[in-house]
Formats: sequence, C-alpha cells, structure tokens
Amino acid sequence: MSREAAAAARVVYAIAYREVIRFLKDRSRWLGFIAQPLLYLTLIGYGIAHSMTFRSVPAAAHVNYLSFMYPGILGMSVLFTAIFSGVGIIWDREFGFLREVLVAPVPRWAVAVGKALGIAAIVVVQSAVLLALAPVAGIPLGVGMAAGVLGVAAVMGFGLGSLGIAIAARMQSMEGFQFVMNVLTMPMFFLSGAMYPLRGLPVWLTVLTRVDPLAYGVDALRNVVYGAGQEVRLLVEYPVGLDLGVMAALAAVLAVLGAWAFEGQET
Amino acid sequence: MAQPEWAVEVEHLVRRFGPVEAVADVSFQVRRGEIFGFLGPNGAGKSTTIKILATLLRATSGRALLAGFDVATQPTQVRRSIGIVFQDHSLDDRLTAWENLYFHALLYGVGRDEFTDRAQALLAMVDLLDRRDDVVRTFSGGMRRRLEIARGLLHAPAVLFLDEPTVGLDPQTRSAIWQHVRRLRDERGVTVFMTTHYMDEADHCDRIAVIDHGRIVALGTPDELRRQVGSEAVLVGAPDAARLAAEVAERYGVAARATGPGEARIEVADAAAFLPRLAADFAGRLESLRVHRPTLDDVFLHLTGREIRDEEASPLDAMRRRVMGRRRA
Repeated sequence: MSREAAAAARVVYAIAYREVIRFLKDRSRWLGFIAQPLLYLTLIGYGIAHSMTFRSVPAAAHVNYLSFMYPGILGMSVLFTAIFSGVGIIWDREFGFLREVLVAPVPRWAVAVGKALGIAAIVVVQSAVLLALAPVAGIPLGVGMAAGVLGVAAVMGFGLGSLGIAIAARMQSMEGFQFVMNVLTMPMFFLSGAMYPLRGLPVWLTVLTRVDPLAYGVDALRNVVYGAGQEVRLLVEYPVGLDLGVMAALAAVLAVLGAWAFEGQET
Repeated sequence: MAQPEWAVEVEHLVRRFGPVEAVADVSFQVRRGEIFGFLGPNGAGKSTTIKILATLLRATSGRALLAGFDVATQPTQVRRSIGIVFQDHSLDDRLTAWENLYFHALLYGVGRDEFTDRAQALLAMVDLLDRRDDVVRTFSGGMRRRLEIARGLLHAPAVLFLDEPTVGLDPQTRSAIWQHVRRLRDERGVTVFMTTHYMDEADHCDRIAVIDHGRIVALGTPDELRRQVGSEAVLVGAPDAARLAAEVAERYGVAARATGPGEARIEVADAAAFLPRLAADFAGRLESLRVHRPTLDDVFLHLTGREIRDEEASPLDAMRRRVMGRRRA
C-alpha cells in the first residue's frame, strides 16, 4: 500500500472511530433508537392491525400487518439515524470540531468516506438490537435472516449517511437541520413502503415511491426478513438482487457526492 | 535536511476580500524558537494572516514559507509542520481528553507507541494527566485551552499557532497559559506564533509585530517598541513643582517640566536608577516619586492615533448576536 493510501485509510478509521465512540456513549440516542421503533410498532402497528383489513395479502397467507410493518420500521430506524448522523456535520461546524479535521494534512474525501463508514457501523449495531423486536412482530429470528438484515442495513447506512453528509457539507445554519429532517427525511419514510404496500397506488404516488431510495432498502429488508417463503412474493416489489443493486449504486454515487461536497469545504 | 533559518518567512503578503484589503503588503520573519506576537485590534488582519499561513485561505498575492515549505504549493507539508489552537474551541466535548488526543494522532499519523509517550508527557505538561479519561464536557475553559495546546503539539510541529489563546479566560488562567507557552519555548524550543489584542499579554512575546488595518506599523522587542514612544519618566509630587523642574533640568541636563500644580515630569532613560540620586539631592522638597514606563498601549496609541479596543467577541459570539438581532427585528 502506498503512503498516501495508508494515510487515507488511517483518516477513514479515525473519523469512523470517533463516530462510533460518540454513538456508544450517548445514552439518549440509545433510548431514542430503541423507543421510536417500539412506539411505531405498538402504538401505530397494533392499532392499524386491529382496526383495518390488510387487503394486499390473502387471508390464507397468515401475514398480519405487524409482520409486514416490521422490516419497514427497521428501514425507518436506519434512515433516521443515518441522515441525522450525516447532517450532524452542521453540529461539528457549529461547535468548532470540524476545524480540527479540516486543518489536518489529510484528504477531504477520506473524511467523508470515514464518516459514512462510521454511520454504517452505527446502524448495524442499532439494527442488531432491533432484531430483538422481530418476535414481537411475529417474525421468527434466524441466523441467515439476521445476517441479511445487518448486511442490508450497512449498505443503507453508508448510502443514506453520505446523502446527509452531501447535504450538510455546504449548510451553514442549525435551522437547516430541521428543514432537512422535515422536508427530506419524512417524505422518504412515508414513500418507502414501510407503512403500506406500494401496489395499487395512484400513478403520481407510484412515481414518487419509485424515486425514493429508501423504498429499495425497505424492499431489500423485506426480502431478507421473510426468506424464501411463499408469501414473500405477495409482500415485496422487486427481486432482492435489484434492491441491492439500486442501493449499492446509490451508495456509491452519494458517497462520491458527499466526498465532493466536502472537498470544496471552506473553513 | 538542513533546517531553514526562519520558522516563518512572509514576503509582500496581500489578501483582499472584494474591495477590502484585510492583509495589505505584509512582510516579516519569525526566528526558530521565539515567541512571536501579532498585536492589533479585532479586524486588523491577524486571523486572516494566520489562516493564510495555515493554508486555510489563499493569499491574493505574495509569498509565505513555513518551515521552508511554501503555503501555496506545499500545503500538506505545511500542515504537517504546524499545530494550531483556534480562537474558538475545536475539541470534541463528548470524547475524553485522551480520545481527543488519540483522534489527532490518527489524523497526523503519529505511531501508537510514540503517541502514548508523547500524550502522557504533554498532558503532564499542561497539568491534565489526572483528567485524561474525563469527558471534555466537564472541563473549564482554561482546561480546554490547555488540552488544545497539548493536542496542537502532539505531532511535534515546528510552529505552534495560537490565535487569541486567552480570550474569554479569567486572569489567573491567562497567566497559567502564558507559563505553559514560555515553558514550551524554553524546554522544547517550539516556535510560537500568536495573536492577541491584549496589550499586557504582548509583553510575554520575544518580538511583536503591531498590525493595524492590514499593515505592520512596527516590529521589534517589547522594549524596542516602548523606546519608540519615548523614554521612561519620573513623576514627582512637590509643592514647588515648577521651580523644582527647572532646577532638575539644569542640574542633570534632562527634560523636566511641571505638569500641574504640585506635579512634575522628568524624562530619563532609566527612571528607576535615577530615583535615589533625585531623592538624595532634593531631600525634603519631594512629596512622592513614581516611575512611569511607557506601556504597549502607549505604543499603539502613538503608532495609530487610536486606543486598541478591548472587544471580547469571538466569531461565535458575533454570529450569535447577529442571529439574536435578526430575531428581535
């Protein structure tokens, strides 16, 4: 490995190290990322499951709304954490820490990539914890399924984290953070298919769901969560290969975008 | 490789922001191992100069060398050769002191064994060794500043930049920071380049450049600068001040005049040494004696016709004020 490559690898590791340490220490974040999916599953999921008929699946398939919603909630959790952490660069700038990184003799792209990798690591830890909720949603836990969920979460975390970084790299104000959360993150969640199946929708809604990157992540999660059973075909939109292809391509593009936005960073 | 003679060499440096010349044709050199101070009011061009030297900002024209490296064409080498303590805090306050240092070591490629030894020694130097595993959030302003100084030195830079290192700190902490900075120079031979708008602090520097409106208006040791304003003086309280002044002027051949009823001013090169003679020769006619040495405030006033403003505002404060002003409006 050349000297530059070794230096870049070190920087990537340093940034990811910090990201993970901060996450592990932050008790309020632990509380938040566990409580939020739990609230969605119980207070919304149970309510809907008990008051409405799940038309998308024949009654004979024995898939209830909760087990449909569970992979969507995993996806939601990855989305919120990844965007929140990526956009967290605004905080780093506000509190001065970003300067320490920007004056170091290191390539800027490595900073962006390190941050995205750190975010990927965080969402993997988070998803591993949330796997414990699978039985609550009536989904049996398995080694293959768990490995699949963590793999998909890592790709999603890297891509969505890069999206947050790309957005925040040029953003100067804290107010911008709230804006991103409301105008970007929430619609991405709503359109992802996390809460309702993406079939039989009006055309305009279908178009929007097709351009939502999270829809492919949620679909990938559904693919790996339901495994090879018959009912899978009733619940997923695309083959898992397509989901992963779209997610990986998007992650690559967004990482380049995030790195590029960071290169031009003034201090 | 031969060490360059100068730690910092700046020639005809200019930086414009639109029509404003923040740095207007500045030239100076900093010797290796000296504490060099940039003294001037806020907005004089101090921070802009530091940013150019640290490769964070491009110069409009002119040349700057840092440890022999050109800031425009060799930014990576320059960045490796410098440590910076910014005016605003730049620590991660969720991490411990040790974790902050470790992060820095990774960024600068300091090896693991080297890191452990250096980090221990530096934390001991800034009296934070017993707090190494505490989260920075719990640190006072002075402790954070000391940790930042330790961090800035972790990769053994040739030059340490301190941008207004004592702004917002209490007097006791300020003097402690200065002790550390002097120890750095004495024990490690580190070149320190600092900016300040506190006149009394500039006295700690080996040499000072007084900067105003982007120009260096004077450069020298604190004593040399003082001499530019005029000599020292003895201020005498005496009932017959006018007659006394005339007699003193005649007897010693020095400038002396009454400055008010019962008060005279005698200009001499070494006021303290002059006191015993004066007291002996004019015994019984003197009510009080006071030595006056020109301060750097006098120097600044003399050079610019203005007093230096003592504004505490950091960029962060300034931003906050802008935001709050907008809300109120």
